[in-house]
Amino acid sequence: MATDTTFTNQEFKIVGTRPPRPDGVDKVTGRARFGADASAAGQLVGLVLRSPHAHAKIKKIDTSKAEKLKGVKAVVTSADLPDLTKGDRGMFDMLENCMARDRALYDGHAVAAVAAIDAETARQALKLIKVDYEVLPHVTDVDEAMKPNAPIVQPYIRTAGIEPKPTKASNVAQKSEFGHGDVEAGFKQADVIVERSYKTEQTHQGYIEPHACLASVGPDGQGELWVTTQGHFTFRNVCAGLLGMDIAKLKVTSSEIGGGFGGKTHVWAEPVALALSRKANRPVKLVMTREEVFRATGPTCSTSIDVKIGATKDGRITAATATLRYQDGAFTSIWGMLGAMTSFACYDLANVKSVGYDVLVNRPKVAAYRAPSAPMAAFAVESTMDLLAAELKMDPIDLRIRNAAKEGTRASYGPTYGPIGIGPTLQAAKNHPHMKAPLGKNQGRGMACGFWFNFGGQTCTDLNIGVDGTVSLTVGTVDVGGSRASLSLIAAEELGIPYDRIKCTIADTASLGHNDTTEGSRGTFSSGMATIFAARNAIQVLKARAAKMWDIDVADVDWKNGRAVALRAEHGNLNELTLGEIAAKSPQTGGPIAGHNETVADGAGVSFATHICDIEVDPETGKTKILRYTVIQDAGKAIHPDYVEGQFQGAAAQGIGWALNEEYIYGTDGRLQNAGFLDYRIPVCSDLPFIDTQILEIPNPGHPYGVRGVGETSIVPPLAAIANALSNAAGVRMTHIPMSPPRVLKAIKNGRH
Amino acid sequence: MSEGIHVATTVNGDAVEYVCSPRETLLDVLRNRLGLTGAKEGCGTGDCGACSVTVDGRLVCSCLVLGAEADGREVTTVEGLSTGGKLHPLQTKFIEHAALQCGICTPGFLVSAKALLDRNPDPNEEEIRYALAGNLCRCTGYDKIVRAVSAAAKEIRNSNANR
Amino acid sequence: MRYEAPRTIKEATGLLAKAKGSAFVLAGGSDLLVRLKSGMIEPELVVDIKRIPSMQTVTKTASGFRIGGAVPCAALGENAVLKKAWPGVVEAANVIGSDQIQGRCTIVGNLCNASPAADSVPAMVAAGAKASVVGPKGKRTIAVEDVVTGPGKTSLKKGEVIEAITLPKPAPKSGDAFLRFIPRTEMDIAVVSAGVCLTLGSKGVVKKARVVLGAVGPTVLLVPAAAKAIIGTTLDDAALAELAAACEAACKPIDDKRGTIEFRTEVAGVLARRAAVIAYQRAGGQ
Repeated sequence: MATDTTFTNQEFKIVGTRPPRPDGVDKVTGRARFGADASAAGQLVGLVLRSPHAHAKIKKIDTSKAEKLKGVKAVVTSADLPDLTKGDRGMFDMLENCMARDRALYDGHAVAAVAAIDAETARQALKLIKVDYEVLPHVTDVDEAMKPNAPIVQPYIRTAGIEPKPTKASNVAQKSEFGHGDVEAGFKQADVIVERSYKTEQTHQGYIEPHACLASVGPDGQGELWVTTQGHFTFRNVCAGLLGMDIAKLKVTSSEIGGGFGGKTHVWAEPVALALSRKANRPVKLVMTREEVFRATGPTCSTSIDVKIGATKDGRITAATATLRYQDGAFTSIWGMLGAMTSFACYDLANVKSVGYDVLVNRPKVAAYRAPSAPMAAFAVESTMDLLAAELKMDPIDLRIRNAAKEGTRASYGPTYGPIGIGPTLQAAKNHPHMKAPLGKNQGRGMACGFWFNFGGQTCTDLNIGVDGTVSLTVGTVDVGGSRASLSLIAAEELGIPYDRIKCTIADTASLGHNDTTEGSRGTFSSGMATIFAARNAIQVLKARAAKMWDIDVADVDWKNGRAVALRAEHGNLNELTLGEIAAKSPQTGGPIAGHNETVADGAGVSFATHICDIEVDPETGKTKILRYTVIQDAGKAIHPDYVEGQFQGAAAQGIGWALNEEYIYGTDGRLQNAGFLDYRIPVCSDLPFIDTQILEIPNPGHPYGVRGVGETSIVPPLAAIANALSNAAGVRMTHIPMSPPRVLKAIKNGRH
Repeated sequence: MSEGIHVATTVNGDAVEYVCSPRETLLDVLRNRLGLTGAKEGCGTGDCGACSVTVDGRLVCSCLVLGAEADGREVTTVEGLSTGGKLHPLQTKFIEHAALQCGICTPGFLVSAKALLDRNPDPNEEEIRYALAGNLCRCTGYDKIVRAVSAAAKEIRNSNANR
Repeated sequence: MRYEAPRTIKEATGLLAKAKGSAFVLAGGSDLLVRLKSGMIEPELVVDIKRIPSMQTVTKTASGFRIGGAVPCAALGENAVLKKAWPGVVEAANVIGSDQIQGRCTIVGNLCNASPAADSVPAMVAAGAKASVVGPKGKRTIAVEDVVTGPGKTSLKKGEVIEAITLPKPAPKSGDAFLRFIPRTEMDIAVVSAGVCLTLGSKGVVKKARVVLGAVGPTVLLVPAAAKAIIGTTLDDAALAELAAACEAACKPIDDKRGTIEFRTEVAGVLARRAAVIAYQRAGGQ
């Protein structure tokens, strides 16, 4: 079957090799065009005015002076973005996040925007907008926000997931419970019970490219948007919905994207840019500053988590519970729920319960960040696992191997696993030379595991064969880290032609059917699947054309190694036809040759990783240095191993930054104090060692090649692996992320007493 | 608005003239007036290095240089790295070693790495890491970047030795 | 905003003195442009001093060194003679920012930006560096520690610029060192820093010392009590402990996004102790 998703253990000729990426030359020469690199004739500069208050009533906005400034072509407020969401709360939240309405909900919340002939004029215009605020009490800490007397962020909220449904507003938007068995009974069977509470601070995805777009809307209601995004089809649908435009009349082109990691999965200022353009009747380029990126986009949650695990003397876990409180920023989402789902996913547990809370605070709307919610839960659970191992006097890795989930395990979040990689990654870690390397004074080693679901979703792909036998592969999933190379490998493998005969392009929204956003590690998984099917459809056409050229029955034509082969003995005199030969004749045999596929790519295989970290601590200053780091992860099948390794390394590096130094720091005034790369400290080159990788390939039964998403899982273990390593090096248990030098030094000093 | 300043300078070996406002940065000029969008603005505060260029041979963040300051100087951007239609060894090694994922930081890294190799043709890992500490990359964990720079240095040394 | 790039120091001071609104000197720009772009300052005039020849050179003089006000810190690291004479000062100048920042930033700018966390300042003060100030009323020379009067504030008068920093000729058997604490390996602003310069007498006994702390008060702190703790000693453990205690006692830090009072105080002592050991070795002590 052309669209059979079942894994077949086929031998690969091209998949698994490491050719140069097709966009490489563009990206090393400066030719590649990112979000801020496009221009249009007559374009205006768009700038956004943002709330300096964490929580304030907007009593009045006077834009009259700004409008009168020479060179200002449009000023917009929420009045220019009327509510067209018809009761769709998710859409209304998007609208309100783009532009505050009656209240500013966080420091950095947009309240107005201008479009002017140049940046200087736009800057002056912002200063002329007068906003009359009434400052309201605010709350930024997740635990504080759950207290009964906390300032209410969204008065409409009644906690979901509680029976009977509360009648009073609260900041707890949702309670979610997962698990099975009887944890009370399980803890009674335990010989040892370990219980601990943890906190993690808020971090940002930290993509180097700020949000940027070029919007153009004409008086005919048609528009175009050039934007850096992980999902231009989603952006199109949301922008069209918020602005009352027809979906087909808004063409969205995804620029090259300078990093997203989840932070470019939903709209921020794009609807505002479109509204400015519509009002000014000119193209508007809107590029955020780094400060705006930190104050008003991205971040992931800060959390507060309690974990309790009990086990028998021989290391068998009898019960495990977790309570996970995640703040979603000022708008409700599912991050606490995801934390609860992922918390115990690595283990085979008879009695398990996890309870997640989604909590609102006066901080920016939380966006997905690479395996969203899982790293914090893993930090808490995997730290507790190490504490448990210490109580049991067991090797931490043996404790994990003893309790690892396997095929047939009922996952704590519901489903029963097929073939999975947690056991193999643990075994590989146990056997890894890193585990046996000697450690010096003030050095420690830690390891931890991580899980991520992965996602498939709607996908649509075109494959067109030119008369010279080269192939245009057109996909709709944004390439965030080299997927064009992987997809070209897949097309070359299927068609049996060299890699360099394929050119893969990301289509705009007018050129292809809907593709879901590139998130959930779906790019290579789902577009890869659609590419396989599109190629197989094209092969059907190629075979039909060969049959026509030979004048034989199509049933007698096979496709082997990039050539049509006539099957029966009576056709033995017919020479094989190459793809190029068939393509050259296509104008005479029925016109262009193409393959197409649209699908909902189900069957994304879950993914597991185990990491090992060595760290050194300066006990006099609390400063730490990562000495060695090893990532072992199941990829299902590594299509382009370079870019699989790259995902492992990049995810680990983000995890290292999160673990050690990155955090949003809010003042008592509710304002973000470190909205820049100077004081929001992401790892620099000299902070890191080489990051060793080991790719395991436990095929995903739900993909023809066995592919699993690889992009996210390896950000899950680092917080815990580093915490375990540092706790071993410093001799004190670290329970608060990031483990910045002041926290480490304080813990060491307290440990001394 | 402020009065424009006339600037005559050299960019990637070509004589260039422009008029800019006193507040405009060299990065703004390169991107918006000269169409050289290879240098990127990642932070605007000199903390990410995505806008790295050299001015009279010195590595700088072009976001922290005024356009007016470039008068009479020699500016080199990523667009000036390859010569005669041939990629610089750093460029080829970045591609070969998969030293880029999203690619937004790549131009800055290449310009910085070139400045490093110009002054130190045989840097060790630590020297490479510290020389590139002013360039943030969020995708790669720097692993393949360091390897690519090392490989390019070796290639340049070999080709100079064979000359 | 006006931008001027005069060719002489006289022109520069004249422009600054005559400015009607706020006027700023542009040397490396690594602080000024950040403030300008963020809207923290709205200058009427910016005077670029990089076209003034006398401000672009490092020269060895009869009494030591003269570092022009517009010399980028990278050039200090490239000057082998200066580096050999004042390794601590050069190291302090060379840890500011990245290579990119080094290509622009200057020690005079670092000083005049008047941040208590300025990297090069504790080392300059420890070394006994002086600032050559030129203004409409002529020239004056002041100690580097007398330039900054508080966060963002200097003792310079309208129209005055620092033309150069002068360093004395290092005394025989002397050494200087600078250490700073940052969470990462590069790029951060100092959370705490310490500069130490000491001269040895016979048998490795410390004869003279200057101990300076950064980022633990409104300006860098010269700590005579810390110097006293090691003068007359061979820098044994007891002396080092006293030095650290004296530094801790002198700290007047704040809690902020970069560090806590507790952390800064403790680490100030640690860094001073470590810097003293390096300076001692550089001075020839065993």
